[in-house]
Amino acid sequence: MERLDVASLVAQIASAAAGLNSAGLTVMVVSIGAVLSLISFCLYKVFSLPPVEVEEHVKGPLEIDTGDVSDPD
Amino acid sequence: MAEQGAGGGRGGKEQWASRIGVILAVAGSAVGLGNFLRFPGQAAQNGGGAFLLPYFISLLVLGIPLCWAEWTMGRYGGTRGFNSAPGIYSMIWRNRISKYFGAIALMIPLVIYMYYVVIEAWCLGYAIKYITGALVSPEIKDQGAEGYKNFFGDFVGIGAHGANFSGTHLFLLVIVILSFILNFTLIYRGVTKGIERFCRIAMPVMVVLAVIVLVRVLTLGTPDPAKPDQSVLGGLGFMWNPQFEKLGDFKTWLAASGQIFFSLSVGFGIIINYASYLRKNDDVVLSGLTSSSMNEFFEVVLGGLITIPAAFIFLGAAVGEKGTFALGFESLPNVFALMPGPALVGQFFGFLWFFMLFIAAITSSVSMLQPVIAFLEEGFGLKRHASAAMLGLISLLGCGFVLYFSEGLVALDTFDFWVGSVLLFVLALIQSLLYGWAFGIEKGATEAHRGAHIRIPHFVQLMLKYVVPVYLIVVLVGFCTQNLPSYVESIGNNPAALGSILFIGAVLVTLLLLVRTAGKRWEAQGRLTYDDGDTATQGGENR
Repeated sequence: MERLDVASLVAQIASAAAGLNSAGLTVMVVSIGAVLSLISFCLYKVFSLPPVEVEEHVKGPLEIDTGDVSDPD
Repeated sequence: MAEQGAGGGRGGKEQWASRIGVILAVAGSAVGLGNFLRFPGQAAQNGGGAFLLPYFISLLVLGIPLCWAEWTMGRYGGTRGFNSAPGIYSMIWRNRISKYFGAIALMIPLVIYMYYVVIEAWCLGYAIKYITGALVSPEIKDQGAEGYKNFFGDFVGIGAHGANFSGTHLFLLVIVILSFILNFTLIYRGVTKGIERFCRIAMPVMVVLAVIVLVRVLTLGTPDPAKPDQSVLGGLGFMWNPQFEKLGDFKTWLAASGQIFFSLSVGFGIIINYASYLRKNDDVVLSGLTSSSMNEFFEVVLGGLITIPAAFIFLGAAVGEKGTFALGFESLPNVFALMPGPALVGQFFGFLWFFMLFIAAITSSVSMLQPVIAFLEEGFGLKRHASAAMLGLISLLGCGFVLYFSEGLVALDTFDFWVGSVLLFVLALIQSLLYGWAFGIEKGATEAHRGAHIRIPHFVQLMLKYVVPVYLIVVLVGFCTQNLPSYVESIGNNPAALGSILFIGAVLVTLLLLVRTAGKRWEAQGRLTYDDGDTATQGGENR
């Protein structure tokens, strides 16, 4: 009885899996994997970099006045 | 870039406050409805998984190189005192006519904003309708697909011009005004306190909401045992199974290039403006790549796994033929209504989905205002409240035009075709020529690598000079050949479409005149220099 249930389950999975064939699965995994790898690499680099010295900007040389000088707050 | 508080300081020029802030702002600008609705629809209609091959090739050849070029030119112009495209182009190509190309870079975000804020309001409206239960009410639910189609048509006033201004459509008008106010509140607060702060919250919220919906979609199983093929795996197969024969079809390559192009916000005039708020030694290469990869995450991972599989599970293969609006505002509400369990489940996920689309839309729409605000400020010396008020009036006029001419969504479609599609290619082509031929790839490489945390391979510079312009011309010609005949026909038959084109023309002429006036002002201030050595720049590099 148990063997029959397992066989039935396997048949169900095989039937359902027919919706996504091996080529589709490969394209999906490779595409998603590539995007996740790229974003992981980028975010790792972004967050592991030291912040640039704030002092450099505080001393910041001549700022150009574009006319937008008032703080709305 | 400083992680702490250098941005938008009192009495100084506006600047981003953090490295991740500018990345999230640019990614927020790029991530929108196209990621969740347009991409899956395009993939399903153009070869499924096979679509991904030309898609990734376009990303590598067209999308990322153009992104880097825009970031580089934007920062270069910004360090020379300009935040708007007319000024930046004048720094890139020191010729009297270069600033006039900037009018296109102002017009694209402005006109797109005029209809995008309406679509944004639809998303907010649908989210509210889910909260109130209107979209899962038996009156609509029992009619199935037809019920949701009629609801959408009625909601957006598709039946007749002026329908949105009749007493029955007050709800839509109110939420359009609410969306307007929200956008202008954010833009009024400035780059750091408005856009950056909002995107730092909105982007992670969007990921969380999308992941919740994704988990629900992937655990739906086979809701209707009578239709065993309409399962999660069936839906994924419909989206991802490759039809390799489609690779021989030029239309597939065109669709993939177009999708990359629209998705990354390349040629919108936004990246160049955002990058102008960077400092001289802030990285542009890693930042540009990170924002592009974030956009791809939303598009390929979330958009590719949610929309089409969910719609296929309940509605079958017919979803492959749906356009962006039909998929988003007719099919998906039907999907939420059919979700297993009590009505509250569909109501909850429907709300999450449309609220997420609203956030995605607002991070994009707010970015469309900044280029014009920057131009009004630096071109005419206006303060923020004056420039915001002026832009508010102009965009309200256009938004009213789109809302009024709503029969068949003709004004929206016409704006989207000419400005949201054709002009994007034109501007990207202009920018690639400016970078590759006027600025020069050697100078471009030196400028891009200043403060860069990763390097751009040299062949990318060669591609930007030789391959990208040719690629863009091919895509532009292909796009026009494929779509122009039907549009020309529709103009002849539809006065509202012709009126919409005249409206676009009027906006362009106005912007060209404004650019001319601003240019004269800059010349009088000695801020512009030309290759003929006429007027000299006084400021030089200022940061």
